[in-house]
Amino acid sequence: MKIIVDQDKCVASGQCVTAAVDVFDQRDEDGIVVLLNDNPPEDLAADVHQAAAVCPALAIVVED
Amino acid sequence: MTDGDEIVDYPIPPVNAIQPPAEWERLRQRCPVAHVRLPSGDQATLLTRYDDVKQVLADPRFTRTADDAARVSESGGVFNSEMASSLPQSGAAHQRWRRRITKWFTAKRMIALRPGIEAMADRLVDEMIKQGSPADLKASLGFPLPVWVICDLLGVPESDRDRFAYWSDTLLNLTRYEQAEIDSAQAEFVAYMAGHIAARREAPGADLLSELITGTDAAGERMTDRMLVSTGMGLLVAGHETTANMIGKMLAMLLADRGHWEALLADPALVRTAVEETLRYDANPGFGMIRYLSEEVEVSGGVLPAGTTAVCSMGSANRDEAAFEDAAELDLSRSPNVHLSFGAGPHSCIGQPLARLELQVTLEVLLRRLPTLELAVAAADLRPVEGLAVGGLREVPVKW
Ligand code: HEM
Ligand code: SF4
Repeated sequence: MKIIVDQDKCVASGQCVTAAVDVFDQRDEDGIVVLLNDNPPEDLAADVHQAAAVCPALAIVVED
Repeated sequence: MTDGDEIVDYPIPPVNAIQPPAEWERLRQRCPVAHVRLPSGDQATLLTRYDDVKQVLADPRFTRTADDAARVSESGGVFNSEMASSLPQSGAAHQRWRRRITKWFTAKRMIALRPGIEAMADRLVDEMIKQGSPADLKASLGFPLPVWVICDLLGVPESDRDRFAYWSDTLLNLTRYEQAEIDSAQAEFVAYMAGHIAARREAPGADLLSELITGTDAAGERMTDRMLVSTGMGLLVAGHETTANMIGKMLAMLLADRGHWEALLADPALVRTAVEETLRYDANPGFGMIRYLSEEVEVSGGVLPAGTTAVCSMGSANRDEAAFEDAAELDLSRSPNVHLSFGAGPHSCIGQPLARLELQVTLEVLLRRLPTLELAVAAADLRPVEGLAVGGLREVPVKW
């Protein structure tokens, strides 16, 4: 699995953090997404796909 | 670009708490790029399909206003006011302004805010129970909760919450108050905020406003006092009436068919997705959002020429069968649910994490405190508000 986030598109909704807290975080200074792990273990795949699906900015791409 | 030269009057009148206007579906199918006449008499173009609404809202080239954009009404409304004129509306400066605020709305901060908001909701429910059944859920809980939350955000003391509620109500209710009342509420609000900002500058607290006063943006710039006042006013007008109405509408939708309420009582873990689904399902979302098109753009429904004022109906988009399976069904566990109720793209709602939190907490507290809650009138008799900016129900009478 490979995850790519687009910080320019991100609107800081925090939805990805709620969906997959081990993979996504938000910068302290402005709430923009940071990727904690661009290739997380398989057991997080469902959460990661959920995060990409609920992101209102379509800022998360997951390549399997 | 549309069938014939039909011109639809906009806004389209609401039907009731549950039923969307039949016009939405007809327009999505037959006239996805429709000519509409606004209350000011100006003409605009209405978009009703999910893909079109999302595309235009999210396009960073387009803004909410421009000098030659169609006007909603003679007086203009909130986004044409002080708030719009002293805050950056687009581009890099707008993004820097936004990101100083989004800092305060992270998922982590929402977890920290939750107990405080829950305590506020409990206190309001205590009072409602003390007054006795039946009650108006909108007046007892929906209206005060979001204004308390915003006051906390701005470091405004508890003793001034009632004044904030009054100012907010007056600034947004273009129909209910006389122009003189609106003007004087605005002047009082600006004067209050100027004093409050000066006090916070002397003695900063742990609130968003203090942080905005003392900190700088990504370009090292400080906010002027005028921008600070406008930001405070912007948060109040954008975050109060919207959330207050949504609390009322959410409960109306969930109680209209008591099966939904019972499903939530049986499985409170559904609260999160249930809140998203009521945001999507909302049949009374208000006016929608405007975009002024500085350049030509092609959407699925046709080509929109430069100079078009586009009205994006997120309410209709949210009921688009092309985007949501069984769009006409309220499905408490729908997921993912990428509705457009908070907009999309660079102007989308900054307060969405906070709005979600307030809605989730309200629902959890009511399920816990008043499991026997039910509507005190037939759902079809709940009356939508008539107004220009924010959609909602006039009252939500409940008993328990
Ligand atoms: C259920 C409640 C709410 C709804 C339905 C809602 C909806 C929206 C929508 C649709 C927009 C986008 C405007 C556009 O695209 O032009 C917006 C913008 C905004 N909202 Fe909310 N909102 C809610 C609650 C809040 C809260 C609680 C706050 C803050 C306390 C807030 C602050 C803002 C701000 C500051 C903007 C302007 C963003 C910008 O211009 O970049 N909203 N809201
Ligand atoms: S869900 Fe999307 S918009 Fe929200 S913080 Fe994550 S990446 Fe940003």
